[in-house]
Amino acid sequence: MAKVEQKTTLAKSDLRDALREMLLIRRFEEKVEERFRAGELPGFLHVAIGQEACAVGVCRALEDGDVIASTHRAHGHALAKGTHPNELMAELYGKQEGCSHGYGGSMHLYDVQRGNMGANAVVGGGLPQVTGAALAFKMRGEPRVAVAFFGDGATNIGTFHEALNLAQLWKVPAVFVLEDNKWAESTPESQHSPIGDLSDRAKAFGMKALKCDGQDVEAVYKTTRKALEHARSGEGPVFLHLDTARLSGHYIGDPQVYRPKDDARRLRETRDPITLLRDKLGLSDEEFQELDAEVTAIVEAAVEFAKNGTDPAPEDAMRNVYA
Amino acid sequence: MPELTYREAIRDALVRAMRQDDDVFVMGEDIAEMGGSMGVTQGMLAEFGPERVRNTPISEMALAGAAIGAALQGMRPVAEIMYEDFMTLAAEQIVNQAAKHRYMSGGQVSVPVVFRTQGGAGWSPGAQHAQQLEAWFVHIPGLKVVFASTPEDVRGLLWSSIYDDNPVVFFEHRTLYGIKGEVPEEIEPIPLGKARIHREGEDVTVIATGRLVHEALAAAAEAEREGVSVEVVDPRTLQPLDEEALVASVKKTNRAVVAHEAVTRMGFGAEVAAVLQYQAFDWLDAPIERVGAKFAPLPFAPVMESYVVPHAEDVLAAILRTVNKKV
Repeated sequence: MAKVEQKTTLAKSDLRDALREMLLIRRFEEKVEERFRAGELPGFLHVAIGQEACAVGVCRALEDGDVIASTHRAHGHALAKGTHPNELMAELYGKQEGCSHGYGGSMHLYDVQRGNMGANAVVGGGLPQVTGAALAFKMRGEPRVAVAFFGDGATNIGTFHEALNLAQLWKVPAVFVLEDNKWAESTPESQHSPIGDLSDRAKAFGMKALKCDGQDVEAVYKTTRKALEHARSGEGPVFLHLDTARLSGHYIGDPQVYRPKDDARRLRETRDPITLLRDKLGLSDEEFQELDAEVTAIVEAAVEFAKNGTDPAPEDAMRNVYA
Repeated sequence: MPELTYREAIRDALVRAMRQDDDVFVMGEDIAEMGGSMGVTQGMLAEFGPERVRNTPISEMALAGAAIGAALQGMRPVAEIMYEDFMTLAAEQIVNQAAKHRYMSGGQVSVPVVFRTQGGAGWSPGAQHAQQLEAWFVHIPGLKVVFASTPEDVRGLLWSSIYDDNPVVFFEHRTLYGIKGEVPEEIEPIPLGKARIHREGEDVTVIATGRLVHEALAAAAEAEREGVSVEVVDPRTLQPLDEEALVASVKKTNRAVVAHEAVTRMGFGAEVAAVLQYQAFDWLDAPIERVGAKFAPLPFAPVMESYVVPHAEDVLAAILRTVNKKV
């Protein structure tokens, strides 16, 4: 594999691309909420509105060949890793054209060709496998990194601790990305964790921990580059702690009775990563609307694509059980 | 033909696979310097080094999950879970992850991983070191499940399991590691899903797994003296199950006994009995007998342990019930 070039900064045009991608994810998820409420989408769904800078900042920093494992809140990660909105939307509609061909759904998004080794509906479930994927890269001498996304709620489960311990012990090229949105479903961090800084959990394993503002896509990008450089150099895994905000409920339709009424509103006003980036770039209303119209059209087209997709035959359920 | 113990036969499959294929490696607790708690991997560290004979912490979720992750990236790991009881700790990764990745991805990935584990009573380890939990795993679509009872079988089946593109749960029985048997010079892969007829007979078929294969053979020899001709069949692979071979045997003998060391209730034998009654209903001349452990955890005191698990005499009694014979 070619030597990896380390690009550590983002030009203004890159940031504009990042904004476009974040806005695409936002509009995609708003559309998903709308179509779910309209009764068009089966199952249940979790959106990551407010966390777009994490997905985009991390995935833009990755090289070809790097892989991710995601969570139940996976739409943004999948799109940022390169899954086409059509394929993602088709999956949410349960169609054969979907990125998991209708077998997975929102919580099981795969796109192996593009390096997405799977979203996981078991909190923390993907973490040991990221350690294992990174082990495979290390054993074969490949300059690849495996990246796990997870939330603060996952830092309490055994797989988190076991996976980080093993990764550090074996110095595998992995990056563990904590999207710290301060909520484990309906339970606030104050009720689920006895320590103030979740990075301390990684440090307890002797793991290098980096922290940045997860609402600032440039900061996320730059910090991820540092993490990847460390991991790729053979020095061991990195814990990447992103301070982010969940601007919506745990699932679509969550009345959020557990949350102070003005909390999400306040966060929307002060911590919306899209507004923050737009202001940073100094985009005029006109420029922003142009961008918005462009991504909205992509999302609308994705819905059309998905609705016109092919339903699996019922008996297709018996395929893919075994290789 | 060379003679190997069951333990050596397992090691032989591992060593030969690792010699020919860099993607194969072993990992588990105490498997390197110590050579595994059952001695299966003894000597392998010296040949292959610590990268490929990989000691892990006591951390079943991570070791199972890491094996799955490596398999997802094209390796063929063989993970040793020291005792079947500890499979409960690894179960999330095996049941929710390994078994379902291929399915949930719509066929994009395969998970060529083997989880070797062992259990079995007969040495008074108590309730947490000897359970037989194969029924837990045959219940999970996406997993293949193997339970070998002889040196030749364990080697050929492990080879096939390593090169199968599905996750395989590979059960070994603690009391069989020392038994000896002839094996071919070169490894002859045994396809998963093929039963083995250990002994042909006319009157009753005993379908047995693991240690109970040997108990069944002893019972069959005893039954012979009573004038009852017994066929002993070992499915060897519990999933996929060689229904054809089992049904064919029962259609020939018209009577069936299903025997395993695991608890009878909801055991693997219940499924076999259901398959037989449905596919061979008109051929059956007697109710299908089931032999297994009583519904209790494994006790410590040897007399109680022996009482709970089945032996040759229990298999013999079941055989004789099917022919309505009293001894």
